[in-house]
Amino acid sequence: MDRSPADTRTATPGSLDQRDRLGQLEEARRATTGSRFWRRLRSERKALVGAFFVACLIIVAMVGPVIAPHDPDADDFMLFESPSMDHPFGTDSFGRDLFSRIVVGARTSVTIGFAAAAVAMVIGVALGLVAGYYGGWIDTVISRCIDLLWAFPVIILTVGLVAVFGAGARNVVIAIAIAYIDDFARVVRAKVLSLREEDYTLAARAVGASDRRIMFRHILPNSAAPIIVQATFAVGLGILAESGLSFLGLGVNPTTPTWGLSLNEGRDFVRQAWWISVFPGLAIMFTVLALNLFGDGLRDALDVRSVGDA
Amino acid sequence: MTQYILRRLIHAVFIVWGCATLVFVLIRLIPGDPVIQMLGAEYSPEAAAALNRKLGLDQPIYVQYVRWFGSVLRGDLGGSISSGESVVGALKSGLPKTLSLTLLSFLIATVIAVPAGILAALKRNTAVDYAVSVIAFIGVSMPSFWFGIILILLFAVRLGWLPAIGYASLTEDGLWAWFSHLLLPSLAIGAGYAAILMRFIRAGLLEVLGSDYIRTARAKGLAERRVLVRHALRNSLIPVVTIAGIQLALLLSGAVVIEIVFSIRGLGRILVGAIFDKDYPIVQGAILLVAIIFVLANLVVDIIYTFLDPRITYG
Repeated sequence: MDRSPADTRTATPGSLDQRDRLGQLEEARRATTGSRFWRRLRSERKALVGAFFVACLIIVAMVGPVIAPHDPDADDFMLFESPSMDHPFGTDSFGRDLFSRIVVGARTSVTIGFAAAAVAMVIGVALGLVAGYYGGWIDTVISRCIDLLWAFPVIILTVGLVAVFGAGARNVVIAIAIAYIDDFARVVRAKVLSLREEDYTLAARAVGASDRRIMFRHILPNSAAPIIVQATFAVGLGILAESGLSFLGLGVNPTTPTWGLSLNEGRDFVRQAWWISVFPGLAIMFTVLALNLFGDGLRDALDVRSVGDA
Repeated sequence: MTQYILRRLIHAVFIVWGCATLVFVLIRLIPGDPVIQMLGAEYSPEAAAALNRKLGLDQPIYVQYVRWFGSVLRGDLGGSISSGESVVGALKSGLPKTLSLTLLSFLIATVIAVPAGILAALKRNTAVDYAVSVIAFIGVSMPSFWFGIILILLFAVRLGWLPAIGYASLTEDGLWAWFSHLLLPSLAIGAGYAAILMRFIRAGLLEVLGSDYIRTARAKGLAERRVLVRHALRNSLIPVVTIAGIQLALLLSGAVVIEIVFSIRGLGRILVGAIFDKDYPIVQGAILLVAIIFVLANLVVDIIYTFLDPRITYG
């Protein structure tokens, strides 16, 4: 477990030198843990495969419009053209090149997935940290609110929030983020509950460190592993949720090409043009698969058991 | 144990109360005047005043809340704006479909996951184990609605074995019609759930198989089959029950979207239709009902868990 033992024994309350020494030892320990982590991550084949695909995806999301062979909105091709050299994924019911739409659509899906995971992480981590650290009535109130969020299946909560606040990228990100706050809060709270009794936390308190300092300098860095793993899974889940909302017609702007929207458009033509339904779904599946592989590898490399399956 | 069950019951009541409150608040957070949004093109000051009165929105917020909560307790969720039908009536027509879908997908997922998980654990680090792991990874990564479309494409369009869309009533159309209509959507929803269960069953069984009491059972000379079924499997499946409960949300979420793919007028289709019609009483009712189903299902799972594992003491 994450301990810094010897440093705590000689500490006397309020001594600045000893606080510095505590900090140095903590940093030295973190550096060792860091190099061990990289070694273990490099030996996790699934993490490397996942990381490679995620990196490719991020590049495609960034340069999508540049590398797309055709304008994703140009409807100047034959309708329902089956996959060919010119149109690797065929054309859709409006005569648009599906490959270009999927390449450009990566940006929306990836951006929303990452943004929703980031927002959920910031709020969830803050709630879990405060609940776990302070305990008592603060923990009770936060935990009951988290229970409440958990009672709503993700798609129901996101659909409900989008129904109230309206569709659009910002609202979709907020809705998905709210739905995943509880995952982060639970993971962090559980970790903080164990860390607040660790020797180094008690030592930091003994030398007079403030609650804020203990939380952000000692507890939060040591909770990083489960947070990182949870965040990786959350990006994948966010992408799945976004595609679900777009599929229901409740996603981002209907003129923006997204994978979920392409699937929605292909659903009505499944008999005459299978490719419109198959390729956007494959794009979603491989993206989430890569993130899950990466998350699973990270979980093994960081030896985190508290984070559940995606 | 009775005390634990009682505590869980109180907790469930609290959560349901919280859900009802949250749904009440949610509708009042609609930017602008919700009545204007609901009426849309049919807006007139008179119509707005009448709808305000009908929904009780002209009352102070605490009166609205007490009324709303009283109505929920009486099982009265108001009337649909677009059809005039009672919300409870509308939801009642969709509930059996969503529940059938959820239950059948749970059964299908269990039938797939249990043997696959056991097989993967017993054949650890072999081709079978790797194949099961790969399938499980794919299962959790694909959107259920996409898998539903693929199933339609294969089994309804190409092979013509099963109906592509629609729902058949168990009581009116018979068992086969009901089953054949629900098989593809249930498989689509159950795939992700099966993948998660499979991984937990494998992990749980591997942990148990390495424990001392299994070694003792083998040392006693018990047949391998008996060791596996009587000792290992029973204990390894206990935590899986909890996971099965927690992940029920996946089935309910899946049902909501899959109903659109397969044109089944269950709770999900009613909810999404109501959102487009801005029929907020229906939206409120459907969200609340799904949350209540989920909370109750988890309560049942928790209670089953206490009976399954007598070793656990509940403080």
